[in-house]
Amino acid sequence: MNKIINLLKLGWAILSKPAVHLSLGFLTISGFIAGVIFWGGFNTAMELTNTEEFCTSCHEMRDNPFMELQSTIHYSNRSGVRAICSDCHVPHNWTDKIARKMQASKEVWGKIFGTIDTREKFENHRLQLAQNEWTRLKANDSLECRNCHQFDSMDFTRQSKRAAAQHSSALASGEKTCIDCHKGIAHKLPNMEGVREGTSPH
Amino acid sequence: MKNTLLNKVSTVCMTAALAVSSIVLPSVASAADAVIDAEPQVASMRGTAPLNAELTPNPMEKVENNDLKRQRDYPQQPPTIPHDISKYQLDKNFNKCMDCHSRKLADEAQAPAVSVTHYMNRDGEFLGEMSPRRYFCTQCHVHQLESKPMVENEFVDVDELIKQSNQRAKK
Repeated sequence: MNKIINLLKLGWAILSKPAVHLSLGFLTISGFIAGVIFWGGFNTAMELTNTEEFCTSCHEMRDNPFMELQSTIHYSNRSGVRAICSDCHVPHNWTDKIARKMQASKEVWGKIFGTIDTREKFENHRLQLAQNEWTRLKANDSLECRNCHQFDSMDFTRQSKRAAAQHSSALASGEKTCIDCHKGIAHKLPNMEGVREGTSPH
Repeated sequence: MKNTLLNKVSTVCMTAALAVSSIVLPSVASAADAVIDAEPQVASMRGTAPLNAELTPNPMEKVENNDLKRQRDYPQQPPTIPHDISKYQLDKNFNKCMDCHSRKLADEAQAPAVSVTHYMNRDGEFLGEMSPRRYFCTQCHVHQLESKPMVENEFVDVDELIKQSNQRAKK
C-alpha cells in the first residue's frame, strides 16, 4: 500500500514541476495538435460505426432487419433517396449519439454470446427489440424521423385524405408523434398482442 | 438364349426408330418450336405473345385510393378495398388491416369495423375475437386498379335477373 502511495507521490511530483528542457510554446502547440488528432480520430472512428457496411457486417443485422428494410420505401423508392440504419437508429446530436453508442456496448455483448444468432432467437426477441426503439422514439418525439420529415414542409393537400386528417389534427397538436402510428414501416412487426388490440392472432 | 435374342431385336428396333426420327424431325429445337403457336388463340395476361417470347411488362396500374365505397354487385359480395394496401403487413404476427378495421380501433381511424360475420366460426357460433378463417383479409377483399377491363364484363346484377324472371312469368 505504501509503495503505491509513494509511486503516486512521485508521479504527482513530476507532473507538478515545470518543464526543464521543453519550451512552453512547444508544449502548447504539440498539445493542441495531439488534441486535434485524437478528437478527429475519435469522431472518424465513431462515424465508421455509423455506416451501413459496419452494421451489416454481422449476419444478425444483414439477414434480419436489413433484409426486411429492402422491400420498404426507406430503401427503394421512385426518387432514390434512402435511409441507412444510423439515420433512424442513431441520434444526430453529439451527446445523444455518445449515449446511444454507450448503450450499444450491450449489443457487442449480445454479438459475442449469440443472443440473436439464429432466425428463431431473433423472432423471439423481436417484440423486445422493437419496443426498445418505440420507447426511444416516443421519448424524443420521433426525432430521427423528423431529421428528414419536417412537419412545417408537409403539404396536406398532397397527402391522401386519411393521412391529411391525421397529420393536421393529432400530429399538429402534438397529441401524437410519428412512431405512434408509423410502427413497422421499415421492418416487420412482431405479434402485437397487448400493444395494438385486435391486430394479431392470439 | 432367348433373352439375348430379345435384346438383339430390341436394339435393332431402337436404332431403326432413332434413324427414322432423325429423318422426320431434323432437329429437337425446331420440334419444340413447332409445338408453340406463333400466335396463341386465347389471350392471357401476356396477350397473344408466343409462349417462348419474353415480353416487356406493362407499367404498373395505379391503385384506386379514393376511400369511396363501391356498390356491391350481389348481397354477399365482400366489399372492395378503396385504398392502397401495397405495403401492408399481413402475416401470422400482424394484420395491418385490423390496425384500423378492428372493433377496438375503428373509431380512432373512422374506418368501417369488420362485420359480425368475421366473429363467427363455420358452425355459426359467435366468438369473442376474429375467427382464424377470416384472418387473411385479402382472400376475399381485393383492392381495385384504375384500369380498363381487359375483356368485356357480362355480369348481370341479381335485381336485373329477378326483373327478367318476373317478366317471363307474366308472359
